[in-house]
Amino acid sequence: MEMTGAQILVHYLEDEGVEHIWGYPGGAVLPIYDALDTDAKELSHILVRHEQAAVHAADGYARSTGKPGVVLVTSGPGATNAVTGIATAYMDSIPMVCITGQVPTGMIGLDAFQEIDTVGVTRPIVKHNFLVKNVDDLASTLKKAFYLATTGRPGPVVIDIPKDVQNAKSNYAYPQEVEMRSYLPVTKGHSGQIKKAVEMMLSAKRPILYTGGGVVLGNASAELIELTHKLGFPITQTLMGLGAFPASDKQSVGMLGMHGTYEANLSMHNSDVIIAIGARFDDRVTGNLEKFCPDAKIIHVDIDPASISKNVMVDIPIVGPVKQVLTEMISVLDKTEQALDEKALVDWWVQIEEWRATNCLRYDSTGSKIKPQAAVEGVWKATNGDAYVSSDVGQHQMFAAQYYPFDKPRRWLNSGGLGTMGFGLPAAMGAKMAFPDETVVCVTGEGSIQMNIQELSTCLQYGLSVKIICLNNGFLGMVRQWQEFFYERRYSMSYMESLPDFVKLAESYGHVGVRIDDPKTMQAQLDDVFSEKYKNRLVFVDIITDQQENVYPMIPAGAGLNEMILV
Amino acid sequence: MKHIISMLIENESGALSRVSGLFSARGYNIHALTVAPTEDDSLSRLTLVTSGTSQEVEQIVKHLNRLIDVVKVLDLTEGLHIERELMLIKLSATGDTREEYKRLVDIFRGDIIDVTSTTYTVQMVGKSAKLDAFIDAIDSGLILETVRSGTVGVMRGEKCLHV
Repeated sequence: MEMTGAQILVHYLEDEGVEHIWGYPGGAVLPIYDALDTDAKELSHILVRHEQAAVHAADGYARSTGKPGVVLVTSGPGATNAVTGIATAYMDSIPMVCITGQVPTGMIGLDAFQEIDTVGVTRPIVKHNFLVKNVDDLASTLKKAFYLATTGRPGPVVIDIPKDVQNAKSNYAYPQEVEMRSYLPVTKGHSGQIKKAVEMMLSAKRPILYTGGGVVLGNASAELIELTHKLGFPITQTLMGLGAFPASDKQSVGMLGMHGTYEANLSMHNSDVIIAIGARFDDRVTGNLEKFCPDAKIIHVDIDPASISKNVMVDIPIVGPVKQVLTEMISVLDKTEQALDEKALVDWWVQIEEWRATNCLRYDSTGSKIKPQAAVEGVWKATNGDAYVSSDVGQHQMFAAQYYPFDKPRRWLNSGGLGTMGFGLPAAMGAKMAFPDETVVCVTGEGSIQMNIQELSTCLQYGLSVKIICLNNGFLGMVRQWQEFFYERRYSMSYMESLPDFVKLAESYGHVGVRIDDPKTMQAQLDDVFSEKYKNRLVFVDIITDQQENVYPMIPAGAGLNEMILV
Repeated sequence: MKHIISMLIENESGALSRVSGLFSARGYNIHALTVAPTEDDSLSRLTLVTSGTSQEVEQIVKHLNRLIDVVKVLDLTEGLHIERELMLIKLSATGDTREEYKRLVDIFRGDIIDVTSTTYTVQMVGKSAKLDAFIDAIDSGLILETVRSGTVGVMRGEKCLHV
């Protein structure tokens, strides 16, 4: 059927099963917005208030559902505003397709109004990008984009569509097949390597499973739980992996890394076999590489060969989808005659329980000020530990990761790789759009929330009843913490002056504002916020917290996992 | 150690910048880079010379393979291979040096392909090290211009880089 490029795009997105598209109109995408008006049936467009938020919202949708997020922005500033969001998705391997308008092909390179080399600007922060020069290639390019974004190691794909291509006509049929000779994602791990890995696991005396965001992205939570239970090993999860294995399970020793638990980091440091699954040995996890896990042999399962032996040399690499590799590991384990070293494991667990007994996440809750840790625990209680929780970046992000234990995957949405302030609210919007009946919380700080606060307006327009928990200590907390520790308490530019009255601000946007400043009334107030009364209202909860509180435990820069600062 | 990495890439605008962008973004060296179409219009052959530890080069190859526009990658230095580079070098040639340079070019099996009353332009093909040796043998004050193509290469024997 003959239609314009803009119509082809809209029809394609519907045929691809896309439910929501997050965007902002402008000159170079007017034909597409017109086609959305005339041709869209099921596809809904959500108008954000800033392009960065469009990308984060699509990202939050993708993280919470596992489906690709879709974004539509205009050329020039539309595309450059989207860059931070695209980079955020790239660093965390989030499946996403971002469609950008471009000036007409005849004007490309002439410094036209709102022209930017979008393909050039986004090249280092995408899995791949395309400039569509011919309308006949549009449908097949879209197919490739979705295929690339969602397979292998997922990631964002940008499609730049000049305005004349949007207006030009071509015949459209949904392309059923896609084939790219230069892109063949691995579908199966090497069986010989998997056998070797299982042998190494079974002979381990002080083993630990170290799992990351790849388990969440690869929908391998059930397989991970089964394998972990079969082995009886301790398991630690990265910031990105939280929820793939239930935090409440006794085999979980919590998060590892810079602000990980004492038991997780010491178990890693003293282990003899590390089974890394869908994790990438990030510097926030390893600490000083010279001192990293001196006695450990390492098995590393990852879909991306470039992640293996990048920072830490690996003994048994396994390139493959986590779900398939874990399934095969379980079946090898079921058939093998080799037994676990039960005696060594008993001793190992005795040691781990000793570390766990330090209760490294304890904090003093007797004062007159609200502790941020207590606030997060209060939210956990009020939501029965079953909410979708997004966060921004800073101390509150770490407190949320430490004090809101997740028992399910895809519940914890945070910018782990890029560390983007301003991510939390739009990401929560994406999750709320996907799960309108579920509780969605954005844990944020008074610094981060102001980086995308304009989205309160979008929330009103679309009835996105997110609950915003603002841990307001009047400081850029993590910056302040580093200045306290490493810059002799010179708090350069980390104090937030001239803060708005967030309660009134929320009210002026048509939402509910609540302030909590008394530890005695906090839980009751939080219970009220999450009660039926506000089910369909966005509530902005401004919690005034202790300014001096720091995130502990902490591994200072340059230290090893065994050199933690406890409370 | 120097490595010659040869690859087939999609003959599309932007493919080259994805490769060169990878090197600058990840802080890898490029000593030389050359690219041209192959007998198959849809493919270009790109050869680059880089250096690093074997671990670094392994990482480079992995990252190159990850680029969507890169179809095949081969580190020629891993096996027996043939490498060649073309050089055009313009020399100031007057008086006694004219005869001396003529002999030197013969020794290096080069050709003088353009002559004026004051200059020779020499064409020379060989391993990069041979071209380096020729340059070292000339008084650097008499070199007017040097143009080198960058190394290209193939594996010895039947082994090929193809789709």
